[in-house]
Amino acid sequence: MTSPTLTKKQTSLSSVSFGRKAKDRTVQALVYLAFLLALIPLVSVLWTVVKNGAGRFDGVFFGHSMNGVAGKDAGGGAYHAILGTLEQVLITTAIAVPIAVLTAVYLVEYGAGGRLARVISFFVDVMTGIPSIVAGLFVLALWLLALGFSFSGFAGALALTILMIPTVVRATEEMLKLVPNDLREASYALGVPRWRTICFVVLPTALPGIITGIMLAVARVMGETAPLLLTIFVTKAINTNPFAEPQASLPTFIWDQAADPNQNSIDRAWAGALVLILIIMLLNLAARFVARRFKATGR
Amino acid sequence: MSSETGVETAAGARHRATGRRMSTGRAGDKIFVSAARGSGILVLAIMAAIAIFLVWKAVPALQDNDANFLTSEDWNPNATPPKFGIAQLAFGTVVSSLLALIIATPVAIGIALFIAFYSPRRLASPLGYVVDLLAAVPSIVYGLWGLLLLAGNMEGVSKFLNTVLGWIPLFGGDSPGRNSIFTASVVLAIMILPIISSLSREVFVQVPRANVEAALALGATRWETIRMAVLPYGRSGMIGASMLGLGRAMGETIAVAMVLTFVPGINVHILEDGGSTFAANIAKSFGEASTTGRGALIASGLVLFVITLIVNMAARAVVARRKEFV
Repeated sequence: MTSPTLTKKQTSLSSVSFGRKAKDRTVQALVYLAFLLALIPLVSVLWTVVKNGAGRFDGVFFGHSMNGVAGKDAGGGAYHAILGTLEQVLITTAIAVPIAVLTAVYLVEYGAGGRLARVISFFVDVMTGIPSIVAGLFVLALWLLALGFSFSGFAGALALTILMIPTVVRATEEMLKLVPNDLREASYALGVPRWRTICFVVLPTALPGIITGIMLAVARVMGETAPLLLTIFVTKAINTNPFAEPQASLPTFIWDQAADPNQNSIDRAWAGALVLILIIMLLNLAARFVARRFKATGR
Repeated sequence: MSSETGVETAAGARHRATGRRMSTGRAGDKIFVSAARGSGILVLAIMAAIAIFLVWKAVPALQDNDANFLTSEDWNPNATPPKFGIAQLAFGTVVSSLLALIIATPVAIGIALFIAFYSPRRLASPLGYVVDLLAAVPSIVYGLWGLLLLAGNMEGVSKFLNTVLGWIPLFGGDSPGRNSIFTASVVLAIMILPIISSLSREVFVQVPRANVEAALALGATRWETIRMAVLPYGRSGMIGASMLGLGRAMGETIAVAMVLTFVPGINVHILEDGGSTFAANIAKSFGEASTTGRGALIASGLVLFVITLIVNMAARAVVARRKEFV
């Protein structure tokens, strides 16, 4: 983060002509304007969500599902959706993290520079760019249509896994690269086998950074809606079993409620958005916190 | 940075050279190596499976299709005989994401310049975090916000553009509305801002100090320094960043699906209600889709997959070329 300072030092030798100075000032104003422009949607989004979401941010909302509640009715809540989101994200993390971390270990520790590693690295980049809806379509085509399973929370988790793997691979890779080579060599010199060196020296050193990356990735997939629509479908009832029957999730809950023109539904949608944003922001903050502690103690 | 990666690759090469011997043949080593390599190969397998299964499930629907898949503007895969084509979806996707790119790129580069060169240095990292927060907001929330707040405010803007620029066909039409492709583009622009700006910022920070100081030594103003030393160095990085943003905009689903009201047929008047994109159409029509309908949606998803793949690969290639030459 060492940005070169461009603070212009005025000298008595030369004075800048008016035209050049005017141009300089104009650009400066434009650049400041661009930043302020970006703040408008951020503040507006957060403010509207908090303002409109606070109305239904109550015990009923957290304690009840939408079972038997029509769009125009007051009451009803997102218990089923919050439960579904937590289960799906947990399963996603359980599947994606081991695959992603091991892939990163291969890329940095074993494959570095080899042809297979370069191909994998390239396709991890490509995977980052997969539209989330395509991940949903893939699980639909493979899991639901080809293998004949039904809509379930687990199918949703599979779709989210595809979105989570590349993010975690990249984050872990960056962190593993930061581990000083001396540590590895010291371990080898003591006769420690390579896999033990990686498991007990390299990975623990990089752990806080990896955890930060995982938390950011979790925050990202938690807000995904499109793949879930195609894989977990919609339900208004509580379904604690992620392996059978459609399940709800917070994003699809918001989508479902926002599609209903009744004000009570819209209010529920806003409250759902507030809960979702709160969880995601908390995860983000926690991730920053872990990252900062790592910086303070790790060097 | 570059010296560090240099050391890293050297270390990597050494690892590789001695790699076979360092795996001592112990069971633990063997298992761990295979697990790591297996995971990497699994990633490749997933990518291949995505392509294979999308094609497999799309083909039957395409064979039943009674209309031209590429040129038809209808989307009636559930009818008998099924008729569907991607012309309207392709039009909506390309126009909305290009428009989003045109809106977002100048602002994003402005933000990157602000954080890298204009803001107080101590504030640079917190300000970067603030912009990254824009990326943390989930798309469903942008959709909700766009539908219930932004769309209402966009009506005035659309009417204004229609009166002033109505002579351009794109901004023409008789009834500028709120749920138009234009509104969707604005939402998309906000969503891709943080990606473009954070990637551009990364490039700006890497500009060699000597270049900047040379420009300053010649008496350049701050803007002249940026124009002569920073922008030329960062050009390919900025192009790559905006192309990645373009890919993201094309694949964005929920926000667009919530903002747009579906009206059949291509409408070049982007200020009027209507339009659809690949992704939005999938999210909206999936609920009522029959077997053929699902196949048709998978086929359109396949097209989207291929387009975003090409855009992303091109972006990576542009960025990678910069790394090689500088």
